[in-house]
Amino acid sequence: MELLRIATAGSVDDGKSTLIGRLLFDSKALFDDQLANIEHTSAQRGDAYVNLALVTDGLRAEREQGITIDVAYRYFATPRRKFIIADTPGHQRYTRNMVTGASTADLAIVLVDARLGVLEQSRRHAFVASLLGISHVVVCVNKMDLVGWSQDVCSRITEDFAAFAAKLEIRDVTFIPISALHGDNVVDRSRNMPWYEGPPLLYHLEHVHITSDRNFVDCRFPVQWVIRPIDEAHHDYRGYAGRVASGVLRRGDEVVVLPSMARTRVARIETFDGEATEAFPPMNVTVMLTDDLDVSRGDMLCRPQNLPSVQKDLEAMLCWFDEEPLREDKAYVLLHTTRSIKATVQSIRYRIDVTTLSRGDATTLAMNDIGRVHLRAASPLFFDDYQKNRETGCFVLVDPANNGTVAAGMLMDVHVAPSPNDATRGGAVVWLTGLSGSGKSTIGDALRKRLERDGRAVFVVDGDDLRKGLSSDLGFSAADRRENVRRASHVASMLAKTGHVAIVTLISPETRAREDARRVAEKASLPFIEVWVSTPLEECERRDPKGLYKRARAGEIPQFTGIHEPYEPPSDADVNIPIGATIDEAVDQIHRTIARATLRSAP
Amino acid sequence: MPYRLSHLDALEAEAIFVLREVAAQLERPVLLFSGGKDSIVMLRLAEKAFRPARFPFPVMHVDTGHNFPEVIAFRDRRIHELGERLLVASVQESIDKKRVVEDSRPYASRNRLQTVTLLDAIAQHRFDAAIGGARRDEERSRAKERIFSFRDEAGQWDPKNQRPELWHLYNGRIRRGEHVRVFPISNWTELDVWAYVERERLELPSIYFAHEREVFEHEGMLLAVVPFLRAPADGRFKALVRYRTVGDASCTGAVRSEARTVREVIDEIAKTRITERGQTRADDHATDAAMEDRKREGYF
Repeated sequence: MELLRIATAGSVDDGKSTLIGRLLFDSKALFDDQLANIEHTSAQRGDAYVNLALVTDGLRAEREQGITIDVAYRYFATPRRKFIIADTPGHQRYTRNMVTGASTADLAIVLVDARLGVLEQSRRHAFVASLLGISHVVVCVNKMDLVGWSQDVCSRITEDFAAFAAKLEIRDVTFIPISALHGDNVVDRSRNMPWYEGPPLLYHLEHVHITSDRNFVDCRFPVQWVIRPIDEAHHDYRGYAGRVASGVLRRGDEVVVLPSMARTRVARIETFDGEATEAFPPMNVTVMLTDDLDVSRGDMLCRPQNLPSVQKDLEAMLCWFDEEPLREDKAYVLLHTTRSIKATVQSIRYRIDVTTLSRGDATTLAMNDIGRVHLRAASPLFFDDYQKNRETGCFVLVDPANNGTVAAGMLMDVHVAPSPNDATRGGAVVWLTGLSGSGKSTIGDALRKRLERDGRAVFVVDGDDLRKGLSSDLGFSAADRRENVRRASHVASMLAKTGHVAIVTLISPETRAREDARRVAEKASLPFIEVWVSTPLEECERRDPKGLYKRARAGEIPQFTGIHEPYEPPSDADVNIPIGATIDEAVDQIHRTIARATLRSAP
Repeated sequence: MPYRLSHLDALEAEAIFVLREVAAQLERPVLLFSGGKDSIVMLRLAEKAFRPARFPFPVMHVDTGHNFPEVIAFRDRRIHELGERLLVASVQESIDKKRVVEDSRPYASRNRLQTVTLLDAIAQHRFDAAIGGARRDEERSRAKERIFSFRDEAGQWDPKNQRPELWHLYNGRIRRGEHVRVFPISNWTELDVWAYVERERLELPSIYFAHEREVFEHEGMLLAVVPFLRAPADGRFKALVRYRTVGDASCTGAVRSEARTVREVIDEIAKTRITERGQTRADDHATDAAMEDRKREGYF
C-alpha cells in the first residue's frame, strides 16, 4: 500500500472542511463517536444538518469562529492507498500554513465555489502549489448543487482556471465538479451530472501516478548522525546515518564527501534489519565508507560525476511568515538539509503579486509575502534547484532572537543576470594543470557554475573531451601530447576572444607547452591564468578516480604522467591550489584572480 | 518503477529521521515510555535509529501508581533486554511532596496529575526534549500538533503560535528552560501501529489481548476491579476483555473482545466503529475541548 500526501486549500466558505468530512465519512474513516460528537455540536449550534466540516475543525477558537486557522492532519485509507491530508486554511492571513501543508504534499486539492468562480484565493493556492513543486493539482468545482449542476458553469470555471494555470509550472491539472455537501463525485459518481465523464475524486486520488515525481537521479545523502558505539565489540565502527534525500546510493559506489571533496567508496549500507545493496528516498540507512575520513553531520555524500551546486551566494523564492517583516541588516539562521548556517538577505529582487503573477519592487517582505531574494550564507550550501530536487532545494529561516521559524525558501540554481556594476565582460583563459586525479575537472566544473552565476559565458575545455574528439587522432607520445596541448590552447583563446571564460583542464606536464599556451593567449591580448592544482602523486594515486594509476602500475598504460613520465610543476603559477583546500576555497581563489585580471583587460 | 516504499516503511523512515534529528539537535532528550503499544513501537524505532550504539537518551516512565501490574513487569523486562537506562518519575511522590493534590472523589483519575510530575522531572533532569508516541489521529487537537512542538518555560503549548513546520526541516532551537515535545509517529494511525507490531513481531503487555477480568461499569465504560479504585460492591462481573490503550487503570476502560492475537486485534479494529480514545479514555469525555485544555497546561 502506497502513501499519498494531499494538501487541501480553499477559501473560508468554499467547503473545504466539508469535503474532507465527506471523504472521511463516505470512505468510512469516521467513527461512531466522532459522528455523535459532531451531531451533538451541530445541534447545539443550530445547524440545519449534520455539519461534516466539524470533523476537521479541531481547535476551540476555530469552532467558535467557524473557520479553520491552522494546519490539521487527517488520515484515511482505502485498500489501495493510505492518505494523509494536510488541511490548510484558506484565510488570507494564514497563507503560511498553506505553504506548510503544501511542502510535503504529492497532490493539492484546490476548491472553487461554483457560484463565485475562480477567486483570488484559488489563484493564490494554485500559485503556492506550483511554487512548492506539487506536480498534481485537482480543482474541485464545489457546490454544483447550487448552480443547478450546470455544465456551462463548470466549463467557464475550467477555462478560467486553465488560463491561469498555464502560466504556472504544474504538470497535471484535473477538474472535477462536485457537491461536497451531498457527496456528488466525491466517493461515488454523481447521478446529477451525467455530462461529466471523469472519475470521482477518491478514484482519482487512488490512481494518480506519483512515483515518477521523486528524484531518483541525483544522489544526495546528507549525513544526519554519526553512529559510534562506545563498546569493545564495535571498536572501529563508524557509521554515517541519514536519509537518502534523492538519487540511489549503492554498495561499492564511488562517492565524494562535501565539503572536503574527499573521494571514497561505499563499503556497506546497513539498516537495523540487515545490510542493503542500495538505498533510495526516503529510506534511512547507515553508510560505512572504505576510508577512515573525518565526516560529520551536515556533510553530504554525492557521486563524483553529479555534484550539487556549492555556493554561499544564493538566489531563492522566499515566503515570509513572521509578523516582523524581513530585515536586510539581520543575520538569520538558515536550516538546510542537516545543517544550520547564518545567512543574511543581500537584496530583494522583487515581490510577486500572487494573483496576477506580476513582479513588483519591494524594500521588504511582510507576512504572507512571496518574493525573490539574494541571500548570502556564512559558509557554502550544497544544494540543487528546488524544482529539480525538493529535499536539497528547500530551507527555512529562523530568527535567532526568539528561535521562531520566520520564512521558507526554495533555492534556484540560475544564471544571475549581469548587473551593470559587475567587473567586466571580458574573456580569459584559465588553465588548470596538475596530475591525473588532482581535482582539475571537479574544480573546473565548480568554477564554471560560479562564473555562470555571475552571468558570464563559460566553456570548459576538458582533456578527456579533447581526446575523444578534436585530438582523437593523437596518441600519447611526447610529441602527440604537446600537439594536444597546442590545440587546446588555440581553442581556448578563440573562445576567450568571443568573451568566454575558457577553463582548460589538462594535465599539461611540460612547462614549455604551458608557456606556449600563455603566449597564444597574450598575443591576442587575453588574460591567461595558470592554476596549479598541486595535489601530490601519492594522494592522486590513492584517490585514483578512474583506476588509471592502478592500470599504469600494472603496465597496462605506458607513458603515464607521474609514473613513467615526469610532471614539471609550474614555478610561478598565478594561482596555487594546495592539497587540503576545499573546492570552495579553490574556486574563490581563482574567481578573485579572474575578476582582477579581466578588470584590467576590460575594453 | 522498483523504487517504492510501502506506507509502513515510509512512516518508519520518517520516524527514524525524526528520532535522529532530536538526538542531533538537542542536548538532553528523554524518551517517554508508558508501557503502551505506541511506546513499545517507539523503542523499536529507537533501536532502528541508533543501533549498534546505545540510545543517546534515557527512557523515562511517568508512573501514576495506578498502572496495571502486567505493564510494569513488562516495562522492566523490556528495558533490561534493551540494556537501556530507565528513569521513573512518580506521581505518588508528587502527591507526597504536596506538589499536587489528589482528587478524592470516587473514580478520580491521576491522569491530569501526571502533568506536574512530568514537568518537574523535565526541570530536575534539565531535559530539553521529551520524545513521545502520541499520534495525530488520536484526538482532534492533536491533529494540529507539530512533530517538533515547542513548549515555553512553564511547559505550555500555544496552539495559535506554533512554529511552521515544512518539508523535513525541524526547528529544535530553544532557550534555556524551554523544551520541545517530539512526536515521531505523529502520522501513524492506530491500525498502522498494530500492523507494525505484527510486522516487527513486537511483544506487548498481555492486557492488550482478550483475557478474563473482573470489571464494573462506570459511565458506559468497563473499568477493572483494582485495589486503588473503589469499585462498587455489587455490579462487579467477569468479562472477556482487552485494552486498546494502557493508561492509568482508573480511567482506562476495557472493551469486550475475543481477540487473542495481533492478527485478531487488527481484524477487530478494522471493523470497529469507535475511536480508541472515545471508547476507552474517561478523561477525554469530560468536555468537548478537554484534551486541548490539558495540552495547553503541558499534558503529553
